[in-house]
Amino acid sequence: MKNKIGREIPDEIKGIGKIKPFMGAFSTIPSCDRMSLPITFKNRDEKKIISNLKEAVKKAGIKDGMTVSFHHHLRNGDYVVAMVLDLLADLGIKNLTIAPTALFPVHKSVTKHIESGLVSSIQGSVNGPIGALSSHGAFDVPVILRSHGGRARAIEAGELKIDIAFIAAPSADQYGNLNGIEGPSACGSLGYAMTDAMCADKVIAITDHLVDYPLFPISIPQIYVDYVVQVDKIGDPKGITSGTLEITKNPLRLVIARRVAEIIEASGLLKNGFSFQAGAGGTSLAVTQFVAEKMTEMGIRGSFGSGGITGYFVKMLKENLFKSLFDVQSFDLEAVQSLKDNPNHLEMSASFYANPHNRGCVVNNLDAVILGATQIDHHFNVNVNTESDGVLLHGIGGHMDTAAGAKLTIIATPLLRGRIPIVVDKVITVTSPGETVDVLVTERGIAVNPNRKDLIDKFKEAKISLKNIQDLSKEAYDLTGIPEEPRFTEKIIGMVEYRDGTVIDVIRQVK
Amino acid sequence: MKKRLRRTALYVPGNDPSMIQNAGIFGSDAIVLDLEDAVSVNEKDAARLLVRNALKNINYGNTEVIVRINSFFTPFGKDDLEIIGRAHPDGIRVPKVETIQDIQNIEKFLDRIEAEEKFEKNSIKILPSIESALGLFNVFEIAKASQRIEVINFGAEDYTADIGAERTKEGKELFDIRTRMLLAARVAGIEVQDSVFAHVRDTEGLIRETQFIKQLGFDGKSVIHPSQILPVHQVFTPSQEEIARAKRIIFAIKEAEKKKSGVISLDGRMVDAPVVAKARRVLDYAQAAGLL
Amino acid sequence: MKDQVNIGQAGTLESSDVLVFVRFSPQQKGIKIDLESPSEKCFGKMILKSIEDVLNDLGIWNIYIKVHDRGALDCTIRARVETAVKRAQKNKGEQEE
Repeated sequence: MKNKIGREIPDEIKGIGKIKPFMGAFSTIPSCDRMSLPITFKNRDEKKIISNLKEAVKKAGIKDGMTVSFHHHLRNGDYVVAMVLDLLADLGIKNLTIAPTALFPVHKSVTKHIESGLVSSIQGSVNGPIGALSSHGAFDVPVILRSHGGRARAIEAGELKIDIAFIAAPSADQYGNLNGIEGPSACGSLGYAMTDAMCADKVIAITDHLVDYPLFPISIPQIYVDYVVQVDKIGDPKGITSGTLEITKNPLRLVIARRVAEIIEASGLLKNGFSFQAGAGGTSLAVTQFVAEKMTEMGIRGSFGSGGITGYFVKMLKENLFKSLFDVQSFDLEAVQSLKDNPNHLEMSASFYANPHNRGCVVNNLDAVILGATQIDHHFNVNVNTESDGVLLHGIGGHMDTAAGAKLTIIATPLLRGRIPIVVDKVITVTSPGETVDVLVTERGIAVNPNRKDLIDKFKEAKISLKNIQDLSKEAYDLTGIPEEPRFTEKIIGMVEYRDGTVIDVIRQVK
Repeated sequence: MKKRLRRTALYVPGNDPSMIQNAGIFGSDAIVLDLEDAVSVNEKDAARLLVRNALKNINYGNTEVIVRINSFFTPFGKDDLEIIGRAHPDGIRVPKVETIQDIQNIEKFLDRIEAEEKFEKNSIKILPSIESALGLFNVFEIAKASQRIEVINFGAEDYTADIGAERTKEGKELFDIRTRMLLAARVAGIEVQDSVFAHVRDTEGLIRETQFIKQLGFDGKSVIHPSQILPVHQVFTPSQEEIARAKRIIFAIKEAEKKKSGVISLDGRMVDAPVVAKARRVLDYAQAAGLL
Repeated sequence: MKDQVNIGQAGTLESSDVLVFVRFSPQQKGIKIDLESPSEKCFGKMILKSIEDVLNDLGIWNIYIKVHDRGALDCTIRARVETAVKRAQKNKGEQEE
């Protein structure tokens, strides 16, 4: 059957079951209960500190076929995923489902665990080599890709049942209070781990910085943590946070960033109370700087900056350009320090950030968000998962969540990547549907979704020249030639789940 | 026909495919694909073909596309012109022009190429660059030497070396060449652009120099980095008062034409042809800056 | 007389450029192209055709050519191939003198 945006979705997928097709970004009304857990307790004298990880997983009752989860706050410096999987492989465990919030190049050992049969399916996110493996048919069960908000929703709705959550904790006390702002492997916010902590059957905290009880401040409270294991190192600081992220010096990306800032200004959203999210890439940082300059010039104070927090947002907070920051992931040392020191820098969980099925998440209050794309098509559908050769290489992140929530969703991207056109007739995979995407900004022109007449009028008034997105893709093809389409088999190897639990697209095995 | 704006001309190294394919997006009024100083001797052949192919295949929109060839006194100049001319750039910037003969040599070449390729006659402009004492001495003649010449430039580095002056950031040593180039351009009825400000990170210095040459009467400036384009354009953007005054002048002229009255005056001053031309120019600059 | 093997090279490994190496040799029968490109899947066929077109226009029927592509546009690839071939031919000419 075809779903609402015309993608061919089967009624049922082997290994997953019946599929609900995507019916529109705001069409699903949840009708189930929140997941529940049996009540467990600890006796007064029971110790949570376990001397080694092996004993902890045994106590947690590890078995073949279980689902285990990890957060990615230690980013490319993470040692914990490899540590846990290597151990479980040694114990002879098989057929695990892993549910990471994201994976990085440092997790390349996961590929050997896939090949050995330890890991038989992945829910949540994949990256380069693991995505490529799945694109070539390594899994029997398709990878289920979820956004940050969608993952939190799935866990809270009981669709993704986590047996054991492994939480890498930069700081912990012996009774399981955890935070991410201190210790040699400090990473800042532990936002992605919070939902797992509250909903998993068993929670094992792994730390390299054990402090005297009680730890303060507490990000993840002791009442959710079963066991605490101390190890030498949970990660490499160099891979966890960057020194100082710099804005791009590339003249082409600066052109794009300047245009984005003009668009934000022309939209009329740049006034007191303005809220904003941008990523950590060079272009996003340039946009952040230009927007901050405009806000300073206009003398306005925003309400909040959100998402992955960088030193640039921290600077805006210090300069009173924001009232507060909502931090689900801290990208650099400035962000970690600010979370520690500044009471207006708030940590938030993935659910608080982006779960569409709670009483209101942060993205609902976002004015503007700047996002990227591997492809965008004539309907403004955006692909962030597959590359032009059809191979699955990236997870979703918060893309579809922020796109749906923000009043103004801007995709900022060069027209080409090398010789590959980014603006195309039809995307290979739909991640975020066009109805949630408002403006495309490239170095060769700006296109506005026709369903936003209000923006078109505002931009015309501000004398910003616009192009049709069809003309932009033609410009791209004139430069590059028309690319050959990737070829796929019938086998489905990945499922892109929309944040509401419906399926917006499927990914097939490359030929 | 609407006269071209020439506020900025961005130099683009002729052997750099990435810069060449993106040169048109930075908003400069013109780009100069450089086969001369930006390209090493060993790569002259490669750059020539790269630029030729770019001219034939890349759509630069409304940006004026100029190619700076090597001087005819080098082994490369003639081959450059032969190959590039047939790809029909908007203009050829000729370095180290010293005499009318230099212009006539280029003109003969272009006449032949245009005829052979069936291009419109004189459609390829010549942009002479003065870079020596002799060139400056002859500039009044050079500026009038061909119908193809619409704008003249100078190269500060080579010129100051030639006359034995010290090249400084402040640029006082350029006072003579600037005023003479300006005078020659105005007598010949053409435009004149200032030389590059090489200190890319010093935006304030760039703005100061641009304000100075604008005040002198220059029409624009060559730039060597995309980050220099916006500041130069901002200097050449008229103020609201200038725009308002220009609008009133144009309105007054239109009214005068309707009523068929002869001489008109505005605010007690006579409004004659140069004043009107200047007012139109102000509005052109304002429109380019998105203010109209 | 020694067998003439003449080589030519053009371009760089910078982003959007392409490094082309060509070799004329008496043993070489036909056109052999070795292509390494990040856009292989999407543009591989097109790139090969462009290279062949340039060689045909130059009247070259026997040549070995190795191309390291860094995401170059078609006009760049053609320019670099033409330059490399002409350099190899020039080397040949110089050796015969």
